[in-house]
Amino acid sequence: MNFLLVLTAVAAIGGLTLVLASLLVLANARLHVAEDPRIDAVEDMLPLTNCGGCGYPGCRPFAEALVAGDVLPGKCSVSPPEGHARIAEYLGVDVGAEARRVARLACAGGANVARDHAEYAGLSTCAAAALVAGGGKGCFWGCLGHGDCEVVCDFDAIEMDGQGLPVVDEELCTACGDCVTACPKDLFSLQVAEHRLHVACKSQQAGDEILEDCAVGCTACGKCAMDAPELISMQDNLPLIAHGRARPTRTAIERCPTGAIVWIDPQSGPMKGEAARKIIRRGALRNAPT
Amino acid sequence: MMFFGRKTTFAHGIHPPESKDDTSGERIRQFEFAPVLVVPLSQHIGKPALAIVREDQEVLRGQCIAEADGFISVSMHAPVSGTVRRLGLTPSITGRMTQGIFIEPFPGSTQEIMGGTPIDSASASPDEIIRAIQAAGIVGLGGAGFPTHAKLRIPDDKSVDTLVINGAECEPYLTADHRVMVEHAADVMAGIPYLMRATGAPRAIVAVEANKPDAADALREAIPDGAAITVEVLPVKYPQGAEKMLITALLGREIPSGGLPLDVHALCVNVATTAEIGRLLPQGAGIQERVITVGGPAVKRKGNYRIQIGTPIRFVLETVGVEDDITRVFLGGPMMGQAVSSLDIPVTKGTTGIIAFTERETGHVGNTTVYPCIRCGHCVEACPIFLNPSTLGLLAINDQHQQMADEFHLMDCFECGCCTFVCPSHIPLVQHFRVAKRAVRKAQAEARASEVKA
Repeated sequence: MNFLLVLTAVAAIGGLTLVLASLLVLANARLHVAEDPRIDAVEDMLPLTNCGGCGYPGCRPFAEALVAGDVLPGKCSVSPPEGHARIAEYLGVDVGAEARRVARLACAGGANVARDHAEYAGLSTCAAAALVAGGGKGCFWGCLGHGDCEVVCDFDAIEMDGQGLPVVDEELCTACGDCVTACPKDLFSLQVAEHRLHVACKSQQAGDEILEDCAVGCTACGKCAMDAPELISMQDNLPLIAHGRARPTRTAIERCPTGAIVWIDPQSGPMKGEAARKIIRRGALRNAPT
Repeated sequence: MMFFGRKTTFAHGIHPPESKDDTSGERIRQFEFAPVLVVPLSQHIGKPALAIVREDQEVLRGQCIAEADGFISVSMHAPVSGTVRRLGLTPSITGRMTQGIFIEPFPGSTQEIMGGTPIDSASASPDEIIRAIQAAGIVGLGGAGFPTHAKLRIPDDKSVDTLVINGAECEPYLTADHRVMVEHAADVMAGIPYLMRATGAPRAIVAVEANKPDAADALREAIPDGAAITVEVLPVKYPQGAEKMLITALLGREIPSGGLPLDVHALCVNVATTAEIGRLLPQGAGIQERVITVGGPAVKRKGNYRIQIGTPIRFVLETVGVEDDITRVFLGGPMMGQAVSSLDIPVTKGTTGIIAFTERETGHVGNTTVYPCIRCGHCVEACPIFLNPSTLGLLAINDQHQQMADEFHLMDCFECGCCTFVCPSHIPLVQHFRVAKRAVRKAQAEARASEVKA
């Protein structure tokens, strides 16, 4: 029986293991990099989603920056206020609370109000469709509806509705900005959640021509700006809202004849003015004749 | 055709059906003036031109209506005598709205072309020629729309020993360059001396594919006595009209990855561009029209037409008549051309053809099942620049754009479409690559922007 052979093997491997293990132990002791233990602690208090919304590559680098004092906990857009407070207390710094931001879409042209000029057949992503003469949508600025933003959202905060428009769940949105990067038409922007007035159109075309392609497009009539010059100014044929300068009221949406400006109600979502409410249809529009 | 034992063509490539017979025999005809013409200020690669006309101003055909803004930019000229109605947004093939000048022709005008100071190819200095070409608004008429004068300015450390005039026209359906070579061979020969003088090239070769023997004959006859110009006939193969492939086919030189023809001492200019230079510079005029193939199965009166820049595609199709079951319209050929999303897009300097298809040819589009890559390698054998579209495609599906660029030379792909044409699994490889290239360019631009900030 080769008992000796087995023993030799066990001894040889065992010996080798011991030697290598002691080498590792030695290396661990000699090459140890002293790291602030607070980094680990802070990292554990962060949501660990690695979304990048804070501007750092992930939660660990953000924790390092927090401990180094380069940034305040409030920069993390995912943590709830209690989370910020815990980190601030632990590190003994200010919370640095920032207004909560959410992603909002600057287009309301769903299939029920906006026409397509052409039928797009190809890769079913917005990025691909946008490269084929801008996609089939009549409005060159409008949402293409293939849902690149829905795919890219790590928090399931975006869902495509029945009319092919993404709807952002403001509760779930963490303002990480992935949808802002993904949209080839640059329709998403991160806005302060408290701001209620929102321009849901990006068409820079002036005049009623846009209404042939989209019933809720901004015609650059400027009525909203006339009413509140402090709050709204016209730029590139679109209203620009100066949040913080004056207190926004619902007057602007009542003035808008097409519903391009909406009031985002915390409970019921985007609301249009009286003049625009009748535009809403249920079925999809037929394509424009070519 | 053999010369020095070398077959004068490039490796790989494909042979799509040529479909040129319908229009290759059709003489170039002058097209009607549309009721309103829209001249986009950006018809070229580079900065848009600056409009120098205002609303209600009356302009003469050939008059400069927008000036070049910087070196990589060209002027625009009025395509008709008429009144500027407005300056506004117009759809373009890029998918963005661009600024354009809307001009309404005068009814009953004789529409004579306004000329300027003539430039003589023998006495003008290279600099004068380059400026005159920019002022004439000439861009590559083969489709890419790169300002021609910009590539004629040769950096001091580079030189050109061969000027290649590209008359390959390898795209199916397109016959516009073919007819220009047959009917305007003299213009081509008049244009070549300007280019040779501007670049210092000692010789010029006009490259024609073997399916256009009448063009080669017409060109050979038109060569002036003693000129260092030759006409070469190349075997038919797609994408021979791409400058990288044409230079490899003609001269046996391979342009390095990321390089330009200048790196191998060659310069490639499209034959229609050369003909326009030869036609316009002796009268000091600007480009206001171009020859376009209007064809495809859905077009009733197919042909090669001289169409004003700014004519809406809708007007062109209405004038030539289309079949009722028209489904898709392309600008350019079916291989590298762009499907249009709006018929209000005007004809620009880069429009080589307007090709329309019916349900019969395009019915399968959008209904084709895309199967997984079976690694058959057809695409690898078809790719004229020796990329690996199969691996690139697999990476593209997983959005590994940076790896595609870093390890598999994605940015060298010029989107000829050979890989998609041969793929038995119907994978839309070129579309994947276009998306990837756009993403890589965007990332590069962002990296540059953040470097500037830092």
